[in-house]
Amino acid sequence: MTHPDFLWRNPDPRPAYDVVIVGGGGHGLATAYYLAKNHGITNVAVLEKGWLAGGNMARNTTIIRSNYLWDESAAIYEHSLKLWEGLSEELDYDLRFSQRGVLNLAHSPGDVREGRRRVNANRLNGVDAEWLDADEVKKFCPVINVSERARYPVMGATLQRRGGIAKHDHVAWALARKADAYGIDLIQGCEVTGFEITGNRAVAVHTSRGRIAAGKIALASAGHTSVLAAEAGIRLPLQSHPLQALVSELLEPVLDCVVMSNAVHVYVSQAHKGELVMGAGIDSYNSYGQRGAFHVIEAQMAAALELFPIFSRVRVLRTWAGNVDVSPDASPIIGRTPVDGLFVNAGWGTGGFKATPGSGWVYAHTIAHDEPHPLAEPFALERFTTGALIDEHGAAAVAH
Amino acid sequence: MLLIDCPHCGPRDENEFRYGGQAGIAYPETPASATDAEWAEYVFLRDNPKGWFDERWFHVHGCRTWFTLRRHTVTHEIWNP
Ligand SMILES: Cc1cc2nc3c(=O)[nH]c(=O)nc-3n(C[C@H](O)[C@H](O)[C@H](O)COP(=O)(O)OP(=O)(O)OC[C@H]3O[C@@H](n4cnc5c(N)ncnc54)[C@H](O)[C@@H]3O)c2cc1C
Ligand SMILES: [Zn+2]
Repeated sequence: MTHPDFLWRNPDPRPAYDVVIVGGGGHGLATAYYLAKNHGITNVAVLEKGWLAGGNMARNTTIIRSNYLWDESAAIYEHSLKLWEGLSEELDYDLRFSQRGVLNLAHSPGDVREGRRRVNANRLNGVDAEWLDADEVKKFCPVINVSERARYPVMGATLQRRGGIAKHDHVAWALARKADAYGIDLIQGCEVTGFEITGNRAVAVHTSRGRIAAGKIALASAGHTSVLAAEAGIRLPLQSHPLQALVSELLEPVLDCVVMSNAVHVYVSQAHKGELVMGAGIDSYNSYGQRGAFHVIEAQMAAALELFPIFSRVRVLRTWAGNVDVSPDASPIIGRTPVDGLFVNAGWGTGGFKATPGSGWVYAHTIAHDEPHPLAEPFALERFTTGALIDEHGAAAVAH
Repeated sequence: MLLIDCPHCGPRDENEFRYGGQAGIAYPETPASATDAEWAEYVFLRDNPKGWFDERWFHVHGCRTWFTLRRHTVTHEIWNP
């Protein structure tokens, strides 16, 4: 068997580009792809300090859904979900996108009210949503414990049937291959260390591989956005936290949907290969360490066993953490910055994988036209001053 | 798990504490005349350094004292003067 061809070139940086994207995770790659595809802008470099998609893109648990509460969120996440539905074909790569349904469990009368409200809000926004009572939950997902005697009994759930999972590495590789084919330079091992600003305009980046001039500079650096923005003299309402996840040993197929619970605080799916993939909330403190504490894992395992006693003897194979950029209202920050020619797309925190194509789409538009895409406009930095927050703590609480 | 030295109780496990974010955030001195930008700064903007960070911790499952700790956000090392 021969080794397959490389999917992209590994070029050295050129001295200047029309657009320089800082960060080669999912969002940076999707932005590059849509800059070329939708706007014909191909004189673009994606600068990545490590290797492509080795950050949160490689570490997330790949849950995709669009059942957010507020109109602004429903619009952008649903746009993304619609893109997912055609993406394997468009990128000519099997992304293992599997619309197996996402359950968000309710464990208290308050959860039930909030869940029903969200179902109605979703439907008004054209997002598919159903309310299931406990019996229907049991039918949809037979391995869940819906006993009334559980510490936090399952009282019902929202179901988004079009939600599901995809294979994150395939997504990154497919986007990278297409961006490369358009002539975009994907430059690895190239860390941005500062910006050259003349007047109030960003004109170049300084990197570990020298100065690179840029017509426009677009941050797509997830957990490191604050550090980079500070180099341009900008303070952003972001805090970086570890977010952990884990996989079990490989099992026969046993769980064919995604189950999330804010109250018991865990979410679980079974990957195509057979491992259970689980995660929960962030570690409480600020950190860039890409690792978290074991008691957080322990708590999420306890939660998982509460919901799935059947997994009590399953062994954990691997745990890890990413570095997520959390915003005050659990919504992203997309758009221009106080420095001309410098754009930001950050704050996706614990839930940006699902937004990969949608985020790239609206960010590319924002960069190309120098003004926000209509779907991105409500997510501008100014909302923290005007007070027009998009508070998704309810829909995003356990993350993802 | 961090081992956090509570000024009142001594070294205790991290999960006895609640995190309080950046230390030294003062309420606006003249709230009635603070601008929207000043409110945004006070309510939403916090430092997010990669390195040493002065932060608040609350010994919620102990003496219930708030105190300030200096901790490194990459190594998680706690400053020991
Ligand atoms: C454990 C975990 C589970 C998650 N689960 C889900 C989920 O189920 N569903 C969901 O929707 N989302 C989930 N997320 C969130 C999702 O992974 C992120 O929101 C999303 O990946 C962020 O966008 P990105 O892919 O561009 O980030 P990243 O892949 O982190 O890309 C940012 C890149 O910028 C690079 N960079 C940083 N600084 C510099 C610099 N100075 N110079 C050059 N490059 C730089 C980094 O090396 C990195 O590669 C999860 C995250 C984690 C950590
Ligand atoms: Zn104490």
